[in-house]
Amino acid sequence: MPPAPRPSAPAIAPERTSSGRYSLWRLLREGLNGQRGWSRAWVKAAPRPRYRVVIVGGGGHGLATAFYLATGHGICDVAVLERGPLGLGNVARNTTIIRSNYFQPANIRFYDFSLRLWERLERSLNFNAMVSQRGTLNLFHTEAQRDLFTRRANLMRLEGVDAAALSRAAVKALVPLVDLDNGRYPVLGGFLQPRGGTVRHDAVAWGYARGASEAGVDIVEHCAVTGIRREGERVVGVETSRGFIAADVVCLAVAGHSSELARMAGLELPIETHVLQAFVTEGVKPVLDVVLTYGAGHFYISQSDKGGLVFGGAIDGYNTYGQRGTLPMVEEVTAAAVTLLPALARVKVLRQWGGVMDMSMDGSPIISQTPLAGLVLNGGWCYGGFKAIPAGGFTTAHLIAHGAPHPVAAHLDLGRFAAGRTVDERGVGPFPYLH
Amino acid sequence: MLRIPCPWCGTRDEAEFRYHGDATRPRPTAADTLADFSRYTYGRDNPLGWHLEWWLHVGGCRRLLKVERHTLSHEIRWVGTPEASPAPEVQAP
Repeated sequence: MPPAPRPSAPAIAPERTSSGRYSLWRLLREGLNGQRGWSRAWVKAAPRPRYRVVIVGGGGHGLATAFYLATGHGICDVAVLERGPLGLGNVARNTTIIRSNYFQPANIRFYDFSLRLWERLERSLNFNAMVSQRGTLNLFHTEAQRDLFTRRANLMRLEGVDAAALSRAAVKALVPLVDLDNGRYPVLGGFLQPRGGTVRHDAVAWGYARGASEAGVDIVEHCAVTGIRREGERVVGVETSRGFIAADVVCLAVAGHSSELARMAGLELPIETHVLQAFVTEGVKPVLDVVLTYGAGHFYISQSDKGGLVFGGAIDGYNTYGQRGTLPMVEEVTAAAVTLLPALARVKVLRQWGGVMDMSMDGSPIISQTPLAGLVLNGGWCYGGFKAIPAGGFTTAHLIAHGAPHPVAAHLDLGRFAAGRTVDERGVGPFPYLH
Repeated sequence: MLRIPCPWCGTRDEAEFRYHGDATRPRPTAADTLADFSRYTYGRDNPLGWHLEWWLHVGGCRRLLKVERHTLSHEIRWVGTPEASPAPEVQAP
């Protein structure tokens, strides 16, 4: 795709080099050519003093927002500011699951919109993100849970989303490792969403960064935002470790630290910060070809193409900005793993990761304008942010370009809390540590 | 693993307690506005630093405690009864 025009670009624009189109033909040609024809996938830009849009946070949502602004709305005068290096945060360290098996109809529509964008992501980015629709299988262990899951599956079908009920025998056939008659919570059956699956998470960051960079977006690494400058009720730019940057619109896409950034602008958000852990085992031969979730505890697992079993559980349970995780949750998650899949008892855990999440007060994300003009928020992802990256970026870009929410994300506005229109998927109330 | 010094039971492991969130928000009265109730229910300081919070000693005395804990280091520097507050000099950052 040729770079789109940059209406307010300065006379001396930074040099743009295209990484060219990736294809099988190019791979063969470079193979015969000593791999000398490749160039960097995206440009490391230095910040200019003013942009039309400044996006704070170079994670999945920030990069996707920049990509869709540039390619879908022709707004290329955009900077993405990242505090550290690109692709080392939550976007590249999560459990890589994509799915749209939600309960609230508005959420089903939003997450299925995302799933449909995932299905054509690699073609639109010309980047191999290893989107694998291997299916997500949710197990149930009680009759009440069967009723609840049936109701959810019916709600999904009403929205045109795929969901299939599986018997015990079908579960065992799909996942031979499962101990159906485990002593604590015998498995009664499961619900499968065949279109769910996994995506290679770091490729999502690289793919969106490459697409945005080629369209003219400045991606600025090692640029920490230290303040947000206001003139009355309008935000006019950000103070950074590399100087002041003026902007017509500032978009916060810093889930995990949204409260800290909003505080710089004098706003208080309905968000608490909690840590979520993920784990990877040593590589083993193929044993699991779906995403499997346990219904009697919080546990989900899939197998990566390298052979490692990737799994996670619930948040640690109390406010923390510590990006490390604590041992009691390690014990709880591994106990669930061994109850459901006893064969895992002999597998070694290779590494562990803890990342901080925006836990919103109703368990649903926030894509919204704020009480301050020129400040847009993309946050509150509650450890479900990865699967929503394409839809989150798409709808945030729409919000910035049109000044009005995209219909599929209109229910995720910040005003829903005061207005009593919360989107509480689990029905537990304003207790973020329970979502 | 947090070790929380319960004023009634002594120091116990985190596993005996249940987190109950931010303890800095006084409950509005009937005279307050709807916006006050909304801020009480949904607004959170969510600081990166010292945080005053509720913990229920569910596996011990079953009483609520107020705990002042750092949200980055997880250090606990004050624990008290629900009515008590950390001394002002302790509250300074």
